[in-house]
Order: sequence, then C-alpha cells, then structure tokens
Amino acid sequence: MLNISGIQNGYVIDHIRAGKSMDIYKYLRLDKLDCQVAIIKNASSNKMGKKDIIKVQGDMDLHLDILGFVDDQITVNIIRGGKIVEKKKSELPETITNVIRCKNPRCISTVEQELPQIFKLTDASTRTYRCIYCEEKFDTK
Amino acid sequence: MKHLINPLDFSVEETEELLLLAEDIASDRSRYSDVCHGKKLATLFYEPSTRTRLSFEAAMLNLGGNVLGFASGNDSSASKGESVADTIRVVSCYSDIVAMRHPKEGAALVAATHASVPVINAGDGGHQHPTQTLTDMLTIHSLKGHLDNLTIGLCGDLKFGRTVHSLISSLVRYPGVKFVLISPEELTVPSYIRKEVLQKNNIEFKETEDLESVMPELDILYMTRVQRERFFNEEDYIRLKDKYILDTAKMALAREDMLVLHPLPRVNEIAVEVDNDPRAVYFKQAQFGVYVRMALIMKLLGVELC
Repeated sequence: MLNISGIQNGYVIDHIRAGKSMDIYKYLRLDKLDCQVAIIKNASSNKMGKKDIIKVQGDMDLHLDILGFVDDQITVNIIRGGKIVEKKKSELPETITNVIRCKNPRCISTVEQELPQIFKLTDASTRTYRCIYCEEKFDTK
Repeated sequence: MKHLINPLDFSVEETEELLLLAEDIASDRSRYSDVCHGKKLATLFYEPSTRTRLSFEAAMLNLGGNVLGFASGNDSSASKGESVADTIRVVSCYSDIVAMRHPKEGAALVAATHASVPVINAGDGGHQHPTQTLTDMLTIHSLKGHLDNLTIGLCGDLKFGRTVHSLISSLVRYPGVKFVLISPEELTVPSYIRKEVLQKNNIEFKETEDLESVMPELDILYMTRVQRERFFNEEDYIRLKDKYILDTAKMALAREDMLVLHPLPRVNEIAVEVDNDPRAVYFKQAQFGVYVRMALIMKLLGVELC
C-alpha cells in the first residue's frame, strides 16, 4: 500500500466515496491554499471496499459544512500536534453558498453573475437543494 | 420590513387578515380613498403587463397615493446594464413601496434583499405571481364565503401555468380542499407539485383529460390559457391550444353554484357565450385584483383606516 506520512496539524478527510476526492478538493477550494495536500484514491476499506482520503497539512479553517452535501458518510479528523483533537461526521448543511451554481437559464443569478449562489436544503430525506432565487432543484448527479 | 415575494410568505392567518381587509374595502371603497395620501408606489415593469401594472396603479390611486415607474425594460436603466440590486437601491429613495415585474426568476427576491422599502413581486418570469394568487383566493373567499372544503378543478396548461402552481401551493393549507387536475398528458402538473405539495400534504386529487365528466363535481373551475410562448414547437401548440373550450353545453353539466375563474387574458378556452352566465366570475376577479392589491399596499405600508 502507498505510504503517506502522518500530519502534525491539519485535517484527515476520510471515508470519501471512491472517485469523489477531486470534487471535495474543488468544493473546499484546496487548490487556492498554499499548503500540502495528499489525495489518496482507491484506498482499501473494510467498510467501503474502496475509498478516497484527503490529508491537508496546515492550521487554516476549512468550511467543512459542504462535505455533507457531497457525501454524508465522510468523516473528518482534526489533527493538532500530531494527535486527533476532534472527530466530525458530516451532516447536510442547511445552506450552501458559492459552491454550486444554478443551471436554470431563466434564473436571475445566471444573468447577474455577481449575485451569491445560494442553495437551501428543502428536503433532507431526498437530499434536495433548491436555488433560493428560482427554486430550481440542483441535480447532484 | 415585510415583502411579498412568494404567495406562501403570508401565513394562513395573515392571508385571512388581508382578505378580510380587501372585502371591507370592496364593501365601501370611499372610506379608503385617502389612507395613502402622500405615499408613492413605484411600478418597475421590466416586461410589459397591461392588467397587473394597471391594477397596481389603480389600487394605489384608489388609496389616494401616487404612482411612478416604467412599463418596459427598454425604458429603464436595465437597458444600460444596471443590476436589479442597484436599481432597487435607487428607487427605494424615490418611493415608499415597489411593485416589480421581471422576466428572470428570482429577480423579486434580489430586489427585496437590497430594498429599503417593501417590495411586491408582480411576477418573476415563470416562477411566482403572488398577487394573482391572492386575487384568486379573494374571489373564492368573497363569493363562496370560505376557502376550505372545496373541490377545485384546474383546467388547461397545468405544466407551465405558474398561477396554477401557486394556487395549489396556497390552498393545500386549508382543510378539506380537493383538486381535480384536467389537462392533456403533455401539460400535466410538474412532478414536484404532485410529490412535494399534494402528496406530501396528503391532499386528495385526481388527474384526468376529460373536462365534461368531472364538471358536476366541481365547486370551482379554474381555466387557464395554453401559452404559445412556452412551446418550442408551434405544431404542439396548435394541437393543444383548443383542447378545452368551456361553452354553455359544458356549463349545463356544472352545479348551479360552481364558479368559473380565469387569470386572463382569455383566448379560446372560454367561449364568449359563457360570459353572461352568472357563474362566470373572471371579470369580477379582475376587480377583486384591485381590492386585494389595495389591501396589500396598506398592510405592507402599515397604513390603517383612521
């Protein structure tokens, strides 16, 4: 197995569905951060068979709420001084701001591009998010 | 500060209050003729709409207020590329309340977010038209005396007709309301209305293509126009536009106290011969539209009868 060393301060984002790690990388805007990031794809998992893991080295605050939108199986370990100080399970966020874009061409947010792109959770059982402006459902597929 | 962007922005209690005020206005309009003296309504119509704009302006003038505004996007600074947010910030300095129609869905919410005066959504594309819904509700409330325990038939374009979607979403809040959805297969209500509004609220409803067979069941028949602008294919429009024509023969099947409503404009879907039937209330509905807008302006401005 590929060996990636432990981190001193940062985050281990675990139990990502295999193949979804690049989505998380994009949603957390890790490409914009000047820090070490390890993306492990298709790691073996007893529970999931295969999974992805992301390790982020650094003290920065990450907006982890979005993880629940991508996959509510994801867990996050927050590491300080080489030790896990907090374990988080992802939950569906009530709102998602400036992460996904409305695709409805009739929506005001597609014309006036400076508007914040805000989606609200309207049905947790079906994981339905709707644009606050036009109420169009966001298609997660 | 309260705005009206979506028909569900008002609770059942707030809606009841508004309808009672509108009925009081209807009973003696002259008592309200000066309650908005010195107040200004700005009508920002980015797309033309004869009835809605004139109805808002008539409402404000009936209350003793003044109106200003524009009747098409070409006449406004939008043609220079100004955003809705900037326009509404400026117009808030010129007026006490704003009624806005815009072709883009959600534009009214953007306006409300940036306005410092109350904003009324006078239609945002195919999305919401809450004052039409309030008009429909006032018409039913005034002429039937209640909004609960009614069987409401909705006929025509149930797919694209925003008035239909808003009316269903508003009336599911009243006990004992049933719906009969009459449309060709191509124009049935969208699945989110069926699943997230009707089924979620355990509302009794049925869907049919046959208007005649359900006429005797109905307390209300809400007719809608098949809108040419919603079709990509002219052939489909031509095939479906005259699918339902309400005439005196069909009216003979209905109850004596059934009411026919229509948001107007009507094209072919109601034969002119029906206009003289006392159950045809679509022109009265237009009058109720002015009363409910008068009540709404008063409520949002916090104005009361002295």
